Amino acid sequence: MSKSLNLLVGTAMAALIAAPAMAEKMGLGRPALPEEIAAWDVSVLPDGTGLPKGEGDVLTGEEVFADKCASCHGEFAEGLDSWPVLAGGEGTLQHRRPVKTIGSYWPYLSTVFDYVHRSMPFGAAQTVSTDEAYAITAFLLYSNGLVEDDYVLSNENFTENTLPNADGFYPDDRAESEYPLFSGEGCMSDCGPEVKVTKRAVDLNVTPEDPDGRPAGTLPDIMAAATAAAPASEAQETSTDAPAETTETAAAEVDSELAEAGQKVFKKCAACHKVGEGAKNGTGPHLNATIGRAAGSVEGFKYSKAMADAAAEGLVWDEASLMSFLENPKGFLKGTKMSFAGLKKEEDRAAIVAYLSTLEP
Amino acid sequence: MSDEPARGASRRNFLKGGAALGAGALATGAVRAEGADPLITEVQDWASSFGDAVDASPYGMPIRFESHVVRRNVEWLTESPVSSINFTPIHALEGTITPQGCAFERHHSGAIELSKADYRLMINGLVDTPLVFTFEDLMRFPRTTVTAFLECAANGGMEWGGAQLEGCQFTQGMIHNMEYVGVPLRYLLEEAGVQAEGKWIYAEGADASSNGRSIPMEKALDDVVVAFFANGEALRKEHGYPVRLVVPGWEGNMWVKWVRRIGVYDQAVESREETSKYTDLMPDGRARKWTWVMDAKSVITSPSPQAPVRHGKGPLVLTGLAWSGHGRITKVDVSLDGGRNWQEARITGEAKPKALTRFHLDIDWDGSELLLQSRATDETGYVQPTKDALREIRGLNNVYHNNGIQTWWLKSDGEVENVEVA
Repeated sequence: MSKSLNLLVGTAMAALIAAPAMAEKMGLGRPALPEEIAAWDVSVLPDGTGLPKGEGDVLTGEEVFADKCASCHGEFAEGLDSWPVLAGGEGTLQHRRPVKTIGSYWPYLSTVFDYVHRSMPFGAAQTVSTDEAYAITAFLLYSNGLVEDDYVLSNENFTENTLPNADGFYPDDRAESEYPLFSGEGCMSDCGPEVKVTKRAVDLNVTPEDPDGRPAGTLPDIMAAATAAAPASEAQETSTDAPAETTETAAAEVDSELAEAGQKVFKKCAACHKVGEGAKNGTGPHLNATIGRAAGSVEGFKYSKAMADAAAEGLVWDEASLMSFLENPKGFLKGTKMSFAGLKKEEDRAAIVAYLSTLEP
Repeated sequence: MSDEPARGASRRNFLKGGAALGAGALATGAVRAEGADPLITEVQDWASSFGDAVDASPYGMPIRFESHVVRRNVEWLTESPVSSINFTPIHALEGTITPQGCAFERHHSGAIELSKADYRLMINGLVDTPLVFTFEDLMRFPRTTVTAFLECAANGGMEWGGAQLEGCQFTQGMIHNMEYVGVPLRYLLEEAGVQAEGKWIYAEGADASSNGRSIPMEKALDDVVVAFFANGEALRKEHGYPVRLVVPGWEGNMWVKWVRRIGVYDQAVESREETSKYTDLMPDGRARKWTWVMDAKSVITSPSPQAPVRHGKGPLVLTGLAWSGHGRITKVDVSLDGGRNWQEARITGEAKPKALTRFHLDIDWDGSELLLQSRATDETGYVQPTKDALREIRGLNNVYHNNGIQTWWLKSDGEVENVEVA
């Protein structure tokens, strides 16, 4: 392209920017290929637009659900801990504590299929096949009492299903129902009788706290800063040093690079297993000081019968047993609650073991 | 007196580590004591020797004295930290721009690492030519800039049942305000050619949650930006690097991070994030949907529970934030008596539409207890309501869009509590 042509293009551009809408296309980007669109556009709409061809039955769905979903949502979609409850809750939407499930709240079945298919299971999205997604959706209809146990859901009969709360939603009406009430000149004086404190957050005592008992993040006293800063930074240094030191003493041979890699791999586990100071049991037991500990021995965690039995038989978590368990949890211990598929790469498993061995009680 | 606890604390520190601290430590006492201040009369180290060399920190962090100014979460709120929320330390910030490094995060499947080279944006559906853009393509479109607040629809959601958390970081901190640079989404849609039946777009992210949201075409063509810079630098990973959607005035969940596909449809997709979540349950058991706009709201950020008054009576600066998804903030009133009487605060700096606006009120505090409130008015004439006025309409299980007036109880010792009054 010649310089003058460039200039012309530049001038045209300037005109485009000034214009309210771009009259001419820029010619940027390239056409999306059909297989690219198919790979990324997996949206399913309430009228069935986007449903892929396939089918799945309730009983298959129950199996897939038990395998891929139940560790968070419960065998019966009842929701474990604070994970979402997917079934039940009918008639509770006006209660003090409503239970919002697929059966009680969700308006469209398409949303269930779409979400399961594209975003579940948590931490392993897009590993549910089309037929499995139909099967899980069928199972969720069943667990909400909406179909019988012999029901087969497919792209053909999908839109015949209407969820109970389909008519429970209406578009934003604040412009009519609220804004007229909250408009005009705000009252400036003598706007009401004297008020008294009726509720105090401190009574609930649920705010995260700093070590001194104040709300977390409370600003330090500026005038004390000169004295406080130095000890605080000292404390900071010791607090960052401390774990490193204990790591060295507790597991002198642990390859710190491997442990660091393990910390990254551990992200796959972190949704269910907490670690570190004050770690509590979640969907899985906390994993502090796991190495060398008897299986099934974390206080307060409800283990599967399989794990309890293995513990009774003397299973101890050492490098060898953890490596096997992590490779194939259900193969190593049939009946374990841990619905994790396993770590196929040996280096990932070794890294996790190295990382776990750095975690103190 | 107000600085009693603070004095105690500094004494403790002095006793613990005083000997090693030298002149600096003695100085604090000296300020309050009679006589000359050694910080002035004695030559300090920093006034005599070198500080850090220029490259000590090629990309700097705040000085260590500010290490308490960080995002914080409330662990019991969510089951997993990768699908969770934390809170901006608004009690410690001034002005209106939120630094990216302490701007609150909300991820539904963790903050992913996606490079510019690996980035693709697809536009498909009811368009003449479905297109794929690389990051480099996006950089060749004419750019626009917008300063906008992003507020989580659930900001203040924990307070529907009553005062619950101690500090505006936790009660109003699911908000940030940045200056974005990017491409108007309109340009990209025009490049693909939206067909007449295309009434909605559906934006989804590249992360495992995908977090898709439907947006009416009118808004998409109006002020939505496909942004890649924030506050002068590239988006941080946790804010959607390399590309996020900016949807001024509308709830944060719609500002899709790592945006990878814009589908054009004739109807709303009704995704999980706009049916099961981000719908507002009303007392009659039905729910509002498509409640996109964030109504006018304000909060006094200091004093507040995490920012007690330690200097005692006399001059006291009340500072706070106001914002509206409908446009500009035109007025902020402050009450010292729990809403009986109000006075107009100063709007400090420019009140930009759909952006955080700073207000100040300078008072001479007599040391008596105050019930502090702020009340925002926006350019539509909407006046921020009380929480009780909202509850009367919406009940206690609305979850989202709690823009009610916040009350702080400033006590005579300078401590501040989150309370409700009636």
